[in-house]
Amino acid sequence: MYKILKKVNLNPTVTLMEIDAPPIAAKGEPGQFVMLRVNENGERIPLTIADFDRQKGSITIIFQIVGATTEALNHKQEGESLQDLVGPLGVPSHVEGLKKVAVVGGGVGSAIAYPIAKKLHAQGTVVHSIVGFKTKDLVILEDEFKAVSDRMVMVTDDGSYGEKGLVTDALKELLDAGELYDEVIAIGPVIMMKFVSLLTKKYDIKTVVSMNSIMIDGTGMCGCCRLTVGGETKFACVDGPDFDGHKVDFDEAMQRGTMYRDFEQKCHEDVCNLYKMEVK
Amino acid sequence: MANMSLKKNEMPAQDPHVRNCNFQEVALGYTEAMALDEATRCLNCKHSPCIAGCPVEINIPAFIMKTAQGEFEEAYQIIAKDSSLPAVCGRVCPQESQCELVCVRGIKGEPVGIGRLERFVADRHIETIKEKPVKPESNGRKVAVIGSGPAGLTCAGDLAKKGYDVTIFEALHTPGGVLVYGIPEFRLPKSIVQKEIDVLKELGVTIRTNMVIGKSVSVDELLDEQGFEAVFIGSGAGLPTFMHIPGENLKGVYSANEYLTRVNLMKAYRPDTATPIKKSSKVAVVGGGNVAMDAARCAKRLGAEEVYIIYRRSEEELPARAEEVEHAKEEGIIFKLLNNPVRILGDEQLCVTGIECLEMKLGEPDDSGRRRPVPVEGSEWTIPLDTVIMAIGTSPNPLIKSTTKGLETQKWGGIIAEDPSGKTSRDHIYAGGDAVTGAATVILAMGAGKCAAKAIDEELNAAK
Repeated sequence: MYKILKKVNLNPTVTLMEIDAPPIAAKGEPGQFVMLRVNENGERIPLTIADFDRQKGSITIIFQIVGATTEALNHKQEGESLQDLVGPLGVPSHVEGLKKVAVVGGGVGSAIAYPIAKKLHAQGTVVHSIVGFKTKDLVILEDEFKAVSDRMVMVTDDGSYGEKGLVTDALKELLDAGELYDEVIAIGPVIMMKFVSLLTKKYDIKTVVSMNSIMIDGTGMCGCCRLTVGGETKFACVDGPDFDGHKVDFDEAMQRGTMYRDFEQKCHEDVCNLYKMEVK
Repeated sequence: MANMSLKKNEMPAQDPHVRNCNFQEVALGYTEAMALDEATRCLNCKHSPCIAGCPVEINIPAFIMKTAQGEFEEAYQIIAKDSSLPAVCGRVCPQESQCELVCVRGIKGEPVGIGRLERFVADRHIETIKEKPVKPESNGRKVAVIGSGPAGLTCAGDLAKKGYDVTIFEALHTPGGVLVYGIPEFRLPKSIVQKEIDVLKELGVTIRTNMVIGKSVSVDELLDEQGFEAVFIGSGAGLPTFMHIPGENLKGVYSANEYLTRVNLMKAYRPDTATPIKKSSKVAVVGGGNVAMDAARCAKRLGAEEVYIIYRRSEEELPARAEEVEHAKEEGIIFKLLNNPVRILGDEQLCVTGIECLEMKLGEPDDSGRRRPVPVEGSEWTIPLDTVIMAIGTSPNPLIKSTTKGLETQKWGGIIAEDPSGKTSRDHIYAGGDAVTGAATVILAMGAGKCAAKAIDEELNAAK
């Protein structure tokens, strides 16, 4: 169960894995996520489904190595299996009836934005993709985005690839040039989604963001992933992960995301040291 | 001649100041001598009020008589006729408000320690009986059970014994439901739950973990596409409730579900596990039920210096079992009764710094018959804290209702089911336990699972 069929390092810190999971592949839709455990005694982490192959019965996840669990996940090789995998969880992204959409992806968030762009493209929506990365070495999924976009803008913070600047700069340029979108879908770091939402608010364009809160069960049981949306408490796992970007309290979400940062850093170092010992 | 001692044999327990630093079981269980002595306190009265006091009507005097004669396995078999989880219920059943409440010995002195005897007999069975249960001959008919808590385990076990091909679907990665994610190790060792689950597997029950019904697969798909002839929903009451007061989204505010899941299911207290939990020094648990006691006692064991229980009524109204309250007090939990939180205070990093409470006094009785707490004007005061745990109740998860057409529920989310059969508004779909009643006890859920198993068997037999 949950065998790793394919593993590709997309860049030094981002890895793609295709995993055998027929029930999840049969049901999954863009915007939904899975919870997984790498090993016995491992923690449960949520990862968005980046792609799925219903015929083959597999799903794809793309993750950035940020802590102990993603580090351990990245040490799993093709042919090995994950301890646990459950899904598809959360509400699928709403894409019905959209005529023209700007899909904004930042960093590893692009991996989550991609299946939505793909689905939009497949249903005939005009897709403008704006994908941004810190620097050239971190660029992922460029060809994939190109294949499903009517227009694609690549930006890097340092200008080492594509245009220099942030995704908000590129989006503003398009908006100022008169592009009219039914909706903007922004997925990336919370800070990026916050500034995209602030920008589109000025242009009065509906904006959907995908919140990657800390979760344990992913089914509405613990409430750990709660966030404030339009003054109400919502659970990212069952009410989302997609929310109206103009209503999300991003500052609170950013703070809540740091809850276990010290623990995570310490754990990550410990795990790295363990793997180093194995290499020796 | 019956043993006329007015007091129960005391339950041996770990010293409070030792146990509040470890997660090992608090109550150590009767020795054989204690069990024999306690069993002779039973008068074996003709009208046996204890049997009616038991939600699953265990023949209590009969099992105690066998115990008194030292025939422990026979005693166990008597309990097992009506209860599928004796070792669990012997530990977590609220006997003081059920069988022991009506025990004749309780009129003058303490009732017979029925729960303690049940536990002794069940533990003795686990220790001594090594032969595995025999898998009954299959009748080839498939039944699906959703959830592996007490209701689901019981329903599955009873159906498997009748020869049904039972599959349990569990959303989490470990079966056991609230017995595993909710009730802490020091009150119910997980090895005991595991043994009950192993028995089910021996009986031929398939357990599929990581299956969220309503997401991974729907109830209708189970019935229409996967060949199940009936479905039992025992999905519990897993949705946490918050107070909707300012500051509840600060860092350091947990639902009891989250806190207990991190500790019990994910074993965050052990250094060899990866799940984090906040290292707290001052903790307040809001609520007065067993879950609140569990959360407070976990926080203490994780090293918190001060742990408070904040409850808006008085000690008398505490919904937790008296034994749990007593244990919590012994372990140094501080009770702030007749207090209600009005807001949680935080700093600029959004970390909890304290809780503001309002003192309460008891007014007229409300619908529940309990005296309604009324705020005392101008009595606001603050406790400095770094962690707040909300333990004010849970409700059924709406996932199954929202994905099963025609399944009727109460306004608050409980699935509407006939008593005692568990029949719902949909054909071939049964429900029981907390998913129907809202958060209640292990024994009631177990009873509902038993009744539904019987009803399912009757329906499927009639349809043959």
